Amino acid sequence: MIKIYSIEVRDLTKKFNGFTAVDKISLVVKSGELFGLLGPNGAGKTTTIRMLTGIFKPTSGTALIGEYDIQKNPLEAKQLMGIVPEMANAYVDLSALRNLLLMGELYGIRKKERVKRAEYLLKLFGLYEKRNNKVKTFSKGMKQRLIVAMGLMNEPRLLFLDEPTAGLDVGSVRLIRKLIKEFNSKGITIILTTHNIEEANQLCDRVAIMNHGRIVAIDSPEKLKSTFQSTASIEVAFDKKVKAEELLFGDVVTETKKVGDKIRLYSKRTGEVIPMLVEYANSSGSKIISLNTLAPNLEDVFVKLTKE
Amino acid sequence: MNFIGQLKRSLAVTKKDLFVFYLKGPVLISGILMPSFLFIAFIVGRNLSLSFLIPGLLGMALFVTVSSIGPVVVQWETRMKTFERLVSAPIALWAIIFGLFITFFIFIISIILLGVEIISLSLVIGTIIAAFCFSSLGLLISAPPTDNPSNMMMISSMIKFPLLFISGIFVPISSMGKWKFISYISPLTYYTDLARYSIGGTNNFSPIVDLLALFGFSILFFISAVIWHKKSLTKRF
Repeated sequence: MIKIYSIEVRDLTKKFNGFTAVDKISLVVKSGELFGLLGPNGAGKTTTIRMLTGIFKPTSGTALIGEYDIQKNPLEAKQLMGIVPEMANAYVDLSALRNLLLMGELYGIRKKERVKRAEYLLKLFGLYEKRNNKVKTFSKGMKQRLIVAMGLMNEPRLLFLDEPTAGLDVGSVRLIRKLIKEFNSKGITIILTTHNIEEANQLCDRVAIMNHGRIVAIDSPEKLKSTFQSTASIEVAFDKKVKAEELLFGDVVTETKKVGDKIRLYSKRTGEVIPMLVEYANSSGSKIISLNTLAPNLEDVFVKLTKE
Repeated sequence: MNFIGQLKRSLAVTKKDLFVFYLKGPVLISGILMPSFLFIAFIVGRNLSLSFLIPGLLGMALFVTVSSIGPVVVQWETRMKTFERLVSAPIALWAIIFGLFITFFIFIISIILLGVEIISLSLVIGTIIAAFCFSSLGLLISAPPTDNPSNMMMISSMIKFPLLFISGIFVPISSMGKWKFISYISPLTYYTDLARYSIGGTNNFSPIVDLLALFGFSILFFISAVIWHKKSLTKRF
């Protein structure tokens, strides 16, 4: 029987020499879910992932991976998961095929199955032609595709992806995202850590936003956006120079910001702001060149929640 | 997780290490070239008997090789960020360490087979135990959590060269006078002594003492290495 939850984390804490990197976080990830972990640098995302993948021992708290406690049954828990760590880390002196076969061996997959699976993944990730080339001759995009493929060698129930598309070319990014979606639709639970908020917005069923070692928000991207409605905004451009502060209309507009040649106004009542802008233009003798209403986006939510 | 399954994974680690590290420059330079030059410098112009030279060569080859590859493998993996992948796979730490151990062992044995003809049974047994012992020493040297192979090479040289000079390879123990006792702390002393006994018939200790000492050092090094590796693991990331 497949459990409802792939991951159950309770009060997970990690301290390094008195510094609390992860502070009593609790969360559950459902089976088949694509779960995003967002946060600024140093928020504790990678430390959390390293505790969940059995590399770091938590200072306190528990983490269940499937039916196994990562501390009590680390090998069984690790057998269920595939891991794509943040840095490119295939063995550069080995060929792509040999890297995949090594992963197969480390997960105890039989030889025949290992070869079959490696060839399937090489084809899927567009690396089959170069399977016998050493990884050091690969481009960054090819290397990253191989690393994702290595994480899939053991047909994991749960896949951890730490910044899988950081710094890659558009082609590789698209291929990796497409395959993440495909594998997720086949039932693999995916934990995605990313700095790319738009990526999380597009891919994830739910996201958790971390800051200073704590989870500050956890929900679906759309719900997070609607919870923080004040972040809806209007972008306006005038034909004359206008100071951003002049557009703080009473308590209707909460914040204004100059963005290039435009001014962005944040408001919960965007409907009321538009006539005010028209009136402002008329009274100041300037013309509105463009006016866009922007729905709240996940980036705004992120910035708001992770502000110092 | 069953024991045999873990052992198979150890072998996977060994296979990978052999592919990746056998022909790495630093390993070849400080594992084979350096000791060869040292040895040539030692014999040229001196009228030494073969039975004195061969045991020394054997001991040095064994010892220097492993203390050279030891500090390279783990540090290299840490630097290349492959170690994280390895420890997040379902392989126990002892199995990773054992895999490394077999790598060192194969490395040593192959060096011996390449260079020297095995002469007697006691030397074969002694060589195998010494290979165990020096492989464990290699593991121990690889434990500090740095990602810089050259730092570790330096520390390893600091340990290895004094040991070479106090182990009766260049200077016979009998001529060390009151400093003789220093040679007892080096595992290499016992191997050189055993090799001298097997080849030339001269010895300072009984062969049994030599074998027991080597065995004792092996256990001590291996256990210390596992404990230290466990402690240093999280500091590697």
